[in-house]
Amino acid sequence: MPLLDVHDLRVEYATADDPVVAVDDVSFSVGEGEFVGVVGESGCGKSTMLFALARLLSPPAEITRGSVDFRGQNLVAMTEKQLNVLRWRDFSVVMQSAMNALNPVASIGAQFADAIAAHAKYSKAQVAERSVEVLRLVGIDPIHLKSYPHQLSGGMRQRAMIAMALLFTPDLVIMDEPTSALDVVAQRALMIQIRQLQAQLGFAVIFVTHDMSLVSHFSDQLLVMYAGQVVEAGPTRTVFDDPAHPYSRGLLDAFPSIRGPRVPLIGIPGSPPDLARPPAGCRFEPRCPVAVAECATTRPVLYAVGPAHSRCLLNAPDPASGTASPGVDTAPSGVDTASSGVDTASSGVDTALPGGDAALAGGDAVLAGRDGASRGDGASPGGDAGLPVEEETQHG
Amino acid sequence: MAELLHTRGLSRHFKVGGTFSGKRLHAVDDVDLTINTREIIALVGESGSGKSTIARLLARVYQPTAGEIIYQGRSLSTLRHRKDVLKYRGDVPMVFQDPFSSLNPAYRVKHGILRGLILHRPELNAAERHAEAVRVVEAVGLHPAAEILERYPYQLSGGQRQRIGFAQALAYRPKLIIADEPVSMLDVSIRIGLLNVMAALREDEGVSILYITHDIASARYLSDRIAVMYGGHIVETGPTEAVLSDPKHPYTQLLLSAVPDPRAPLDPEAIADRGEPPRVVDPAPGCRFRGRCPLAIERCGVETPLLRELAPAHHAACHVA
Amino acid sequence: MLRSVLRNRKALTGLILFLIFVVLAAVPQLFTSVTDPNKLAFAPALPPSGEHLLGTTALGQDIWAQLVYGTRQSLVIAVVAGFFATVLSVLVGVSAAYLGGLADEILSMITNVFLIIPTFPLIIILATYAGKGTLLVVLIVLVVTGWSYGANQLRAQALSLRNRDFLESARVRGERSSYIILAEMLPTMTSLIVANFLGAALYSVLTAAGLQFLGLGDPSSISWGTMLYWSQNQQALQSGMPLWSLAPGLCVALLGVSFALLNYAFDEISNPALRPVRRRRAAA
Repeated sequence: MPLLDVHDLRVEYATADDPVVAVDDVSFSVGEGEFVGVVGESGCGKSTMLFALARLLSPPAEITRGSVDFRGQNLVAMTEKQLNVLRWRDFSVVMQSAMNALNPVASIGAQFADAIAAHAKYSKAQVAERSVEVLRLVGIDPIHLKSYPHQLSGGMRQRAMIAMALLFTPDLVIMDEPTSALDVVAQRALMIQIRQLQAQLGFAVIFVTHDMSLVSHFSDQLLVMYAGQVVEAGPTRTVFDDPAHPYSRGLLDAFPSIRGPRVPLIGIPGSPPDLARPPAGCRFEPRCPVAVAECATTRPVLYAVGPAHSRCLLNAPDPASGTASPGVDTAPSGVDTASSGVDTASSGVDTALPGGDAALAGGDAVLAGRDGASRGDGASPGGDAGLPVEEETQHG
Repeated sequence: MAELLHTRGLSRHFKVGGTFSGKRLHAVDDVDLTINTREIIALVGESGSGKSTIARLLARVYQPTAGEIIYQGRSLSTLRHRKDVLKYRGDVPMVFQDPFSSLNPAYRVKHGILRGLILHRPELNAAERHAEAVRVVEAVGLHPAAEILERYPYQLSGGQRQRIGFAQALAYRPKLIIADEPVSMLDVSIRIGLLNVMAALREDEGVSILYITHDIASARYLSDRIAVMYGGHIVETGPTEAVLSDPKHPYTQLLLSAVPDPRAPLDPEAIADRGEPPRVVDPAPGCRFRGRCPLAIERCGVETPLLRELAPAHHAACHVA
Repeated sequence: MLRSVLRNRKALTGLILFLIFVVLAAVPQLFTSVTDPNKLAFAPALPPSGEHLLGTTALGQDIWAQLVYGTRQSLVIAVVAGFFATVLSVLVGVSAAYLGGLADEILSMITNVFLIIPTFPLIIILATYAGKGTLLVVLIVLVVTGWSYGANQLRAQALSLRNRDFLESARVRGERSSYIILAEMLPTMTSLIVANFLGAALYSVLTAAGLQFLGLGDPSSISWGTMLYWSQNQQALQSGMPLWSLAPGLCVALLGVSFALLNYAFDEISNPALRPVRRRRAAA
């Protein structure tokens, strides 16, 4: 049984007129220890969906349909009291901006103690011991239990938030753009840290972001959302190497490359539809470069495309040819680690970075890839889940 | 291509820590930067590197603590009369980062453009001003221009508002547009459109652009030359392709390795750096990157490295490179 | 905007109340046949009847007539004092925020001095110095004591606006400071300025009534406050003429309530986040 099974989830915002559907019948599942990336731009509903999963929505937003089964128990049907038993122990949440989510007038240690007290009865010694343990896990010197959030750097704050989420070693950690306030180097370090912790502790991650390239090397499964719907879902490498939906293709093409040839790009002109008055047919049709006539009138469902699914009429099986798999509204559960794909894209990769002297100070941070899918060229070590040895080279 | 503007030893310090503290934050230190006509130069750095401060120094929002800015052969500190300052402001306007607060919500979108024309091109009459407003709005790719001018900011999307920001700058017939992270707050799919507008401005209107960003990939896409900043210093400059294919400074190398590129496999080597920011409050002498630098030697902690030419037109500030 | 006022129940109630008073003040002669409410024309201490809706005072004046004619002065005080106090608040508060530095320090200090001086004793002293004053004295006193609270509020909001990009954009464009304050900043602060005005008006109504009740206004004029003065003077409540005190008191309260309701409503209209949850909110 998958760890989390979301089925036909629908979230609506009550308004003076008709309710606005912000999350439209979304389904997907997350297996044990899996990293699921949810990608989309502003207004696509990804954050709303995240909050719905964690049952953190408040009026005027509410879940009007669907189920969120966590180990078989439907979170949507639970009361606050029942949820509190699960919260933080079985699943936890890391918010977008640590500076906003952490209490600025309480020390880190005090906030950890608060979090623990809300969900378990530990003795003071146990609280202290566990707090030190989780800080060490994320590579922060335990002396910072006495520090206040503003005394830590941005990267450290985010890691403290992750530490807080891991206090009870939950099975699932939901993260809402935890890296958006960080710079590129800190972002990279944080992503790697998350993967290492995953390998160590075995929790699954649902990672919401607007930055597709960020999750490209870290997620197992990728969901692309647009205008409240899932438009593509599948193993990450598949979606990157061969995106089936025009929106995913456009999004991928909107990232200028630093290596490889310099080509003029177009992006995706236009803006997302007004969800109060969604289009009759495909929601992406007004901006789609390959739309055909029926796209404006027919609502596409999720069609199977190899191991992935795409919500595009151009991917619909040809009714005349009688191929099996009619449209399905559920994305696949889990992921096969089959995709080892050699990187065909930019051959300029090797020339971009200088040679061996780029080895930076610090421990051997071997990337513990779960499936080795992201590096198929065999040039780099990895694939074996070697546990990293993280030495503290800098303070904090 | 001729020189338009250059800075010499430009520095800006801020007082921090309360009224009686002597602490100084060295936001920008000793910057020598040259901008030529008809070129797009990218200023790349992380938050806190000083790039936004340089923008504001060039736009005369701040006065330099030390050093000077030479524009068309004249130092800006010699500009005394309001008329001269106004002329400079018309030649070197700025475009801001946040599309949601860069336009006054109480007025229609044409307000800013028309005010700019009144101030900087007083020779135009009302009809000519209106025509010019339409022209610049079309030049940034917004149609129908006349109708868009009559809208309020809340009726435009983020990308459209940023284009209006460029239209405002364009109305002055500027020589150099300072663009402070103009696409950072836009959705990814919209960014390219705006970057293309900026490239077109350089082609069609002959304007230079100082493109300030933390995103190296977009800097590569757009710019002819690139300058990398760290801790208030410029650590590397040169033609964009040269710097990105053969980065000389260890920080540039780190930055490049950290950029996620979905089309390239992950390099496991350049990983250990945590991204801790440099110390810029009362900094010690020497290179500000030495704490994170794999190549640091003793000299790095004592003497601040200066920009040296290591390849044609390609400079880096490193003792070791 | 009118539609949002009409939809909002608080705004509607406040507006209706206010309009009632405006009408009373504008055309009092439509509501009572008495032309000079101060004249001792009738028998004293009459109970309410068809001829005298609220009865008569101890001196033989029609209470209802006094009430109706008194509306004018109370309304004028509220609006005029409120207006000038607001103007002063805006000038001092916004300039302090925009100019910053030494100018800000000086202006803030002045504001704070006026703020912490206990208002009522100050009012009493000022009013006594000015002599048993005219309407003008009352107005001046109200403006002088009423502007500082708003100045602080407006300064705070202006400070938060100060670094908004569109203001910096105007600066970089080369606009003069005075232009930026008047033409770029103020238009975005209208809702707070209006709210300030309503608050100042409320303050003026209540304080003016208080002043007049203490006899510091012009006892021979016709206003609710003076009615309170005389009724207290003649011990209306104890001597069986309660309406003489209660009626003007109630009117003061109602006018105050109308301003307060309009104030709440303005907050809700201009800041959608404060509206009752039924309203639409953009999808995440």
